Amino acid sequence: MEANGGDSSEIVRELEELKLRKTEIEDRISTLEAKLHDTTAVERCDAVSNGYSYPTVPALEHGLSPDQIYRYSRQLLLPSFAIEGQSNLLKSSVLVIGAGGLGSPALLYLAACGVGRLGIIDHDVVELNNMHRQIIHTEAFIGHPKVKSAAAACRSINSTIKIDEYVEALRTSNALEILSQYDIIVDATDNPPSRYMISDCCVLLGKPLVSGAALGMDGQLTVYNHNGGPCYRCLFPTPPPTTACQRCSDSGVLGVVPGVIGCLQALETIKLASMVGEPLSERMLLFDALSARIRIVKIRGRSSLCTVCGDNSSFNKQKFKDFDYEDFTQFPLVAGPLNLIPAESRISSKEFKEILQKKERHVLLDVRPSHHYKIVSLPDSLNIPLANLEARLNELTSALKEKEDDHINTVSCTNPGLYVVCRRGNDSQSAVQYLRDLGFSSAKDIIGGLEAWAADVNPNFPTY
Amino acid sequence: MQLTLEFGGGLELLCDSEKIHKVNVDLPNGADDFTMKHLLSWVRTNLIKERPEMFMKGDTVRPGVLVLVNDCDWELSGQLDTTIEEKDVIVFISTLHGG
Ligand SMILES: [Zn+2]
Repeated sequence: MEANGGDSSEIVRELEELKLRKTEIEDRISTLEAKLHDTTAVERCDAVSNGYSYPTVPALEHGLSPDQIYRYSRQLLLPSFAIEGQSNLLKSSVLVIGAGGLGSPALLYLAACGVGRLGIIDHDVVELNNMHRQIIHTEAFIGHPKVKSAAAACRSINSTIKIDEYVEALRTSNALEILSQYDIIVDATDNPPSRYMISDCCVLLGKPLVSGAALGMDGQLTVYNHNGGPCYRCLFPTPPPTTACQRCSDSGVLGVVPGVIGCLQALETIKLASMVGEPLSERMLLFDALSARIRIVKIRGRSSLCTVCGDNSSFNKQKFKDFDYEDFTQFPLVAGPLNLIPAESRISSKEFKEILQKKERHVLLDVRPSHHYKIVSLPDSLNIPLANLEARLNELTSALKEKEDDHINTVSCTNPGLYVVCRRGNDSQSAVQYLRDLGFSSAKDIIGGLEAWAADVNPNFPTY
Repeated sequence: MQLTLEFGGGLELLCDSEKIHKVNVDLPNGADDFTMKHLLSWVRTNLIKERPEMFMKGDTVRPGVLVLVNDCDWELSGQLDTTIEEKDVIVFISTLHGG
């Protein structure tokens, strides 16, 4: 198998390429078929048969074509929605920010129901560990931009709507320009700085914001900045401590939970766009999947003291562009590695491999939570989760002592090394910082953690 | 006085992963009414088992925690001064950011 390693990766690459091309071709076929269907429908109306000219269908007041009437008929039949609701929907434009767990079902339903123009923005690429919840994506798109994948899926459901693709991260530099083009904004992001930035931008532009969030087994949903209702900052003037801000990629999430919230986001968006029903403004829906409970609570209205939407707010577009949301929330807009400690306190995963090969005496400390450690770990490692490190220092001290005692039987006279690893190399840096302060001067962190080990040393090592 | 307290959005992890707590609280000596201020200090002493800084900051809840008294934002009833009555349901919920 080793000898064929090069060949099989070649095959995998070609397979992926072919699958992607297949999806693109299928996408094109469905677009062309829809176009042909439209054209022949018109030609049928214009056709002259047996000397009798069928009158062309008179332009209908509501503006729906015969194909649209057929496609959306089940919605038109709803007395509370009807042709007016559909007509409003077709004229509306919606921007969905984030094509992940929330954005996936939201986009599918928004495309299917006939929103006239649908914008999708996301900087990320599709990964295998997204598939359990980000149901808009298919395996063929792994490694490709989520926006391309989501747009292809939406087009294959409804080729008659306009879809705009933004393969980029939303930032203060592009947010005003992009959001201003849409009637309704859907926040399907996964981090605090994005949520504050999107809400502030919606206030400046006067756009309603359909905001959803999900983590673990819980979900939350509300509509901000609608009809005199509160903005995100009215509710949360001060950002939470970073320790209270978990991402699904760190804490886990059951796939269907963001699915439920994403569907409800689509529903609230459809209500706003079609001007039907009662939007979830000044109310919040709380979803507890584990105990199967949904509660809808009354929340405060717009705060006259709000620094962004309040009566004496001096917030404007220039201040928005200059505002540092990452600094405000102490949280990165785009997940990435931290650099907490100096380079001399760190080694790469390849360097650690050499240490193993040379059989240098050392202790490998894994500071991940124990349920992570049970998924996969490096051999001969000691697991003490970062949160328990202080209380369990004696275990580390005795492990180091043991290695030192080994040395009596060897010729080498160096102290055993102490290497710290975690999943991605952030917690391990905090641990090294802490240990060095306590006098463990040989402590070093393995840069990039187990993910780097898998990427650079052992491609068969599982990542999650 | 009998109350139902609920913790959600991850706050339940601070009290033994138990979401719903049926509790009995007594009016503190010298107080005329039982207020949210009294309740918060009672919760902190009696229910919060770890990381109290994840629940409170100063004498109120930390930023990012919504407090609901009978399904209604406590901002609408006077925050810390909200008077609590027999059989009230008070929900503490941490905002989520994930997606
Ligand atoms: Zn506001």
